[in-house]
Amino acid sequence: MAESEASLAPTRFLVEAVNDALHVEMERDPAVLVMGQDVGRLGGVFRATAGLQERFGAERCVDTPLAEAGILGTAVGLCMAGWRPVCEMQYDAFSYPALDQLINHVGRYRWRTRGKMSFPLVIRMPYGGGVRAPELHDDSPETYYVHTPGVKVAIPSTPADAKGLIAAAIRDPDPVVVFEPKLIYRTSRGEVPAGDHVVPLGKARVAREGTDVTLVAYGSMVPLSERAAAALDGEASCEVLDLRTLKPLDEETLLASIAKTGRAVLVQEAPRVCGFAAEVAAVLAEKAIYDLRGPVLRVTGYDVPYPYWQIEDAYMPSVERIVSAVRRVLSS
Amino acid sequence: MSQVLPAEGDLRRVIGDGEALPDGEVEGLTPTDLLGLYHDLVLLRTYDERSVVYHRQGRIGTYAIFWNHEAMQVGSAFALEERDWIFPSYRESAIGLLRGMPVSTVLSWWRGHPVGWWNPEDYNVASICVPIATHVPHAVGLAWGYRLKNEDRVAIAYFGDGATSEGAFHEGATFAGVMKAPVILFCNNNQWAISTPLEAQTAAATLADKAIGYGIPGVRVDGGDVLAVYEATREAVARARSGEGPTFIEALTYRAAPHATADDPSSYIDAERVEVEKENECVGRFERYLMRAGVLTEERRDEIKQAAGEVMRAGIAEAEAEPPADPALVFEHAYADPPPSQAEDLAELRRALGG
Repeated sequence: MAESEASLAPTRFLVEAVNDALHVEMERDPAVLVMGQDVGRLGGVFRATAGLQERFGAERCVDTPLAEAGILGTAVGLCMAGWRPVCEMQYDAFSYPALDQLINHVGRYRWRTRGKMSFPLVIRMPYGGGVRAPELHDDSPETYYVHTPGVKVAIPSTPADAKGLIAAAIRDPDPVVVFEPKLIYRTSRGEVPAGDHVVPLGKARVAREGTDVTLVAYGSMVPLSERAAAALDGEASCEVLDLRTLKPLDEETLLASIAKTGRAVLVQEAPRVCGFAAEVAAVLAEKAIYDLRGPVLRVTGYDVPYPYWQIEDAYMPSVERIVSAVRRVLSS
Repeated sequence: MSQVLPAEGDLRRVIGDGEALPDGEVEGLTPTDLLGLYHDLVLLRTYDERSVVYHRQGRIGTYAIFWNHEAMQVGSAFALEERDWIFPSYRESAIGLLRGMPVSTVLSWWRGHPVGWWNPEDYNVASICVPIATHVPHAVGLAWGYRLKNEDRVAIAYFGDGATSEGAFHEGATFAGVMKAPVILFCNNNQWAISTPLEAQTAAATLADKAIGYGIPGVRVDGGDVLAVYEATREAVARARSGEGPTFIEALTYRAAPHATADDPSSYIDAERVEVEKENECVGRFERYLMRAGVLTEERRDEIKQAAGEVMRAGIAEAEAEPPADPALVFEHAYADPPPSQAEDLAELRRALGG
């Protein structure tokens, strides 16, 4: 984007960019319908849907009963009637009742109709910890979704990407889950192009260029990795790769970065076992083994229930843990 | 806010027993309609009985039997227009036949062949729902979605008594009530969920009682009486079309056949009760009703049965004539826009198959 254009772009917080995307997409396509708990009158517990009901009416910004499986299940039927529902799950850990619908129907229905019917729905949910919230407001459940065939998954880390990925998700013919990093909802601030703005699914972003090691991250782990990279300035040149879309994974950009640096530290907030970093590590083992000059290391949440908020920082990946991993991979 | 109706306590019935119980009639049904209902009952009965045989012959896979459920399916579907949507469970696998779906399509589904996976929009019949009750919210969402577009389409979801214990039923019914969705929640209460009897399924006096909690009228009907089922559904459809919202219909029967070809109910079912039910099975009941009314002759009955048998023979022949599916179809249509990894996987599969 030319500088003159960028200067026209308003500066927004990440959650405001989400709201902007929903306004633009509902304006653009009258089939787009936003539904979820508290999304209408209240405008969402994080204000992600503020103003939509006033602008588009209660029939297109629907306050639903408190029933996640009902939200996603009726969204399947709404798709069959020609709507493009955007479902909000109020919090990460409250989304699990809808997994039955996601796995058995949302991810299967196109296949089941041999491509004759489309289910272009979107699930948005704030995810992740570090926000000093009560129990079960902190999960990073992306693996369950990525593991589900027929479903795509995107996780933005900047306001511009939040807008662009949500727009792409809404326009995509397949079901897409967008996880929004609530930790940085109102700390991540940046320029967001006005009006139409689409960031294509399946395209990673090099958030910071480097030559010694690639930090692979997504969501709120991207700014954390950038901070770790800055802390290592002068000691190691860290590239930070923001995956942006977990499925489809942009293997090309990932492998190009590893070909350059020869080292990888994978950062995720979710528990370690079978987390998305494990998938990235497997891809590197299969396709980049001869480019690697050291072990692929993971910095992740631990394999424990997400902890009480007074000690949650002990669970979260930190600058220190990332720096330590980078030093280990560089010295190996 | 409309008043919440109490669930109906008595079972609705139209067909008598030819003795003490007098026959009733349903207003507006012509002799042609009655013969149409009979034709549909015979078609589904023949489909079901032949499918059990085909399974034993190894020509179809595990099959969910719906013997004696035909009146519930035929009577309710007859109350719908073609534009209305049907959401079947596996117990209603052949209900698409009532909408012109070829027999070979349904048989192919039970044969696990891709040609058995139909386009719901061809018949306004959704894909068969295998998990219990999870299609209830789909029917509700579709009905709600068409209402929002001011399109006059009603949806019906079929499920069993066990399904009313599922969260998906509860959430679907909750949405149906709140959204005033033009939907019919049709419960075929055959009193068994595989080996679990109704009394172990719920402490509710009747399943129709559950409707009250959702602000939905609950209706109880004799599930073996095709005319009573038709009439109850017709009323529910009229309510839905006039904007009054959903209706829950509990159609009561007793499962007189195994749950599926893989089930042996002898260890749990009440054999005497099954015999009573078999004596009073729904196709024969309607047949005798039509004979008493002078609408059906023995000659016509035999013609209808023979025709249904021929449809099945042609259907299984067609299904078996289908060439084996290309294994590469495992990748077909999982995504509209598949991830790049699928091309690699497909290439690997082709290599492994020697293609």
